[in-house]
Amino acid sequence: MVYGVEEVSGVSSGNPQPEIGPIECEYGRDYNLPLEFNLRKLAETRKPILLPGHRLCAGCGAAIVVKLIGYALRGPAVIANATGCVEVATTIFPYTSWAIPWIHVAFENAAAVASGIEAAYKALQETGRLPFKNIDVIALAGDGGTYDIGIQALSGMAERGHKVLYVLYDNEAYMNTGIQRSGGTPMFAWTTTSPVGSVIPGKTQPKKPIADIMVAHRIPYVATATPAHWADLFRKVRRGLEANGPAFLHVLSSCNRGWRHGLEIAIEISKRAVDTCYFPLWEYKLGEGYYLTDRSLQIARNPKLKQPIEKYLELQERYRHILRPEGRELLKQFQEYIDAVWQDLLNRAVNAPE
Amino acid sequence: MLSKLKVPLEKQKVMPVNGDEAVAYAVKQCLVDVVAAYPITPQTIIVERFSEFVANGEVKTQYVPVESEHSAMSACIGAAAAGARAFTSTSSQGLALMWENLYIASGFRLPIVMAVVNRALSAPINIHCDHSDAYGMRDSGWIQLFVENSQEAYDTTIQAFKIAENPEVQLPVAVNLDGFFLSHTLENVYMLPEEEVHEFLGGYRKPVKTYIDYLNREVEYKLDPASPLSIGPLDLYDYYFEHKMPQVEAMKRAGDVVRGVNEEWYELTGRSYGDGVIDSYAVEDADAVIVVLGSSAGTMKYVASVMRRKGFKVGVVRLRMFRPFPFNEVKDLLKGVKAVGVMDRGLSFGSYGPLYLEINTALYYSRERPLLVNYIYGLGGRDLSPAMAEEVFIDLINTAKLGEVKEYLKFIGVRS
Repeated sequence: MVYGVEEVSGVSSGNPQPEIGPIECEYGRDYNLPLEFNLRKLAETRKPILLPGHRLCAGCGAAIVVKLIGYALRGPAVIANATGCVEVATTIFPYTSWAIPWIHVAFENAAAVASGIEAAYKALQETGRLPFKNIDVIALAGDGGTYDIGIQALSGMAERGHKVLYVLYDNEAYMNTGIQRSGGTPMFAWTTTSPVGSVIPGKTQPKKPIADIMVAHRIPYVATATPAHWADLFRKVRRGLEANGPAFLHVLSSCNRGWRHGLEIAIEISKRAVDTCYFPLWEYKLGEGYYLTDRSLQIARNPKLKQPIEKYLELQERYRHILRPEGRELLKQFQEYIDAVWQDLLNRAVNAPE
Repeated sequence: MLSKLKVPLEKQKVMPVNGDEAVAYAVKQCLVDVVAAYPITPQTIIVERFSEFVANGEVKTQYVPVESEHSAMSACIGAAAAGARAFTSTSSQGLALMWENLYIASGFRLPIVMAVVNRALSAPINIHCDHSDAYGMRDSGWIQLFVENSQEAYDTTIQAFKIAENPEVQLPVAVNLDGFFLSHTLENVYMLPEEEVHEFLGGYRKPVKTYIDYLNREVEYKLDPASPLSIGPLDLYDYYFEHKMPQVEAMKRAGDVVRGVNEEWYELTGRSYGDGVIDSYAVEDADAVIVVLGSSAGTMKYVASVMRRKGFKVGVVRLRMFRPFPFNEVKDLLKGVKAVGVMDRGLSFGSYGPLYLEINTALYYSRERPLLVNYIYGLGGRDLSPAMAEEVFIDLINTAKLGEVKEYLKFIGVRS
């Protein structure tokens, strides 16, 4: 098969090779897999779509996010992945960690590639050549591939109404190339291209409201999620797949290299992002409006649960400069910004208390 | 021979169409699953006509009206990777915007067909014909065919699917037709009954089978939940080079496939274009030969015929296939010719025209090397008149008489 190489072993190196057969049966033939919230049963009955041996960093949020998405699949699915950490780390030839069909074309076009795949399956189905009742198409991209270089293709896909679930795993900078600022990098965060200098305190612009931009496209379903609130994420993935048209899922995905935090706190940090209302959990259903979900709904009902933003920032060295005494004014600005966005969401949310 | 045609002329339908429409009608007959395209002059008529076919239910194709040419090629890649037959068309800036994806389409070995309606590149912005757009994709791993007239645009578009999907090839094909000169000019075009085209192509696209080590079996090369492939992995210095070699080999085989399809087409329709790769006119005993791409070949052949009557031994070589480049055939064909003029409708600044460089390379290993002159002409749609064509021939004949080349690079029809 491969020039100059006698043997190319299968899926990943280092770990015992997982069986491919049963996965095929599970995701290749069933169409209405129920959502499984019992973790033991989940572990026993479902195989991950991302198999062991991938080379994402220890403690990476994205690996958890991808695995969780896989557990919420309802049947056959393909993934169109933008260039980025997940693409690079899961497929270094001759290995692949993917147990479902996967394609990577380039950086800015995951949504366009997914559009083409969806159109192809439609054409095959309408001419009786698709041996499946349905294949779900998922686009998967990071913040660079979504907020910045990929937003045109994403917007086009949404406008044309392709039945694709677009999943943004947002680690808030170009982590694959080494922590450069993106449109998804939050205000005052340090990155290698928004360094903290004696004049400029990190990134000076706030994060682009990408999920609201997708809501403005009036697509059937938009939601935010984190890997810490996994049951909430499961439901949202499923609703996105079941939506009658494009769906967009914005998942916060911590990066310990870029956010400068310990390897073991990806989940804790995701929790605090929600507890401080830095990253509220909500979903938007076309024709109904915004709904707060999970912990964010609890906070809306009981505002005392809302934590000060320091609780989120203090875990991350990228914000070190605004937690110092001389950064007090910036910290105040940050808190005011978060509060304003949260209040705005409360005003819009259908299920927020009066 | 003509009486033995599978589809004799009287069973072919004559339609007065322009070059763009000829392409659109061809695509309509090719059982294309997905067309993803974006408007750009002078290609736009193709997607306009095709979307009419879709709107009227005349085809079952999924038409994806993308938001850019970059997404057009991306969607075609996604569709072809999913096992579909995919088509797009573009021109000039649109082709330039697709650029990174062109390499990915060929690297993935996806048999996508694209009509490139040739147009000059900005700046200055210009909507008219030259070949700088096609030259820009020269190294992208696509088979590049150039047509001379709208009939050939129709024929070649259908042939392109057959060439691209040949198991020995599995490469994307670009069908080049000159903007406005062909795209917007009415011509009577013979078209086949649809079922004949279906039969010629063997029905819908069938993805090739390939052995996948980690599945330990032969599977169709496509995104299929029953046999999950990872297409487009990261591939570093330990494998990338090896993965480029099959592309090199496929390109080597493509020439024969193009020739074979040209022959098959002849048996089907009575039309052929030289041997499919090179279409030459009066080259055998010629002292001076012009090499040219596209619609200008018509003008050059006409002028050559006039000059032949006056006793000048001139000929024309029209290259139908620019990639892969037919080096050996060119070398053999131009053996013994005293002077060869290469007409480039586009150039590489700081060098010669891209076609000239290829011809030069082809002739380097020839024992009888002709004198070689590069004529740059027709940039931005500047017309090549018969008078200008005659000037070129006379200049070439004088070069042959002189026995040496005074100026290797000449610009034709440009004001000083």
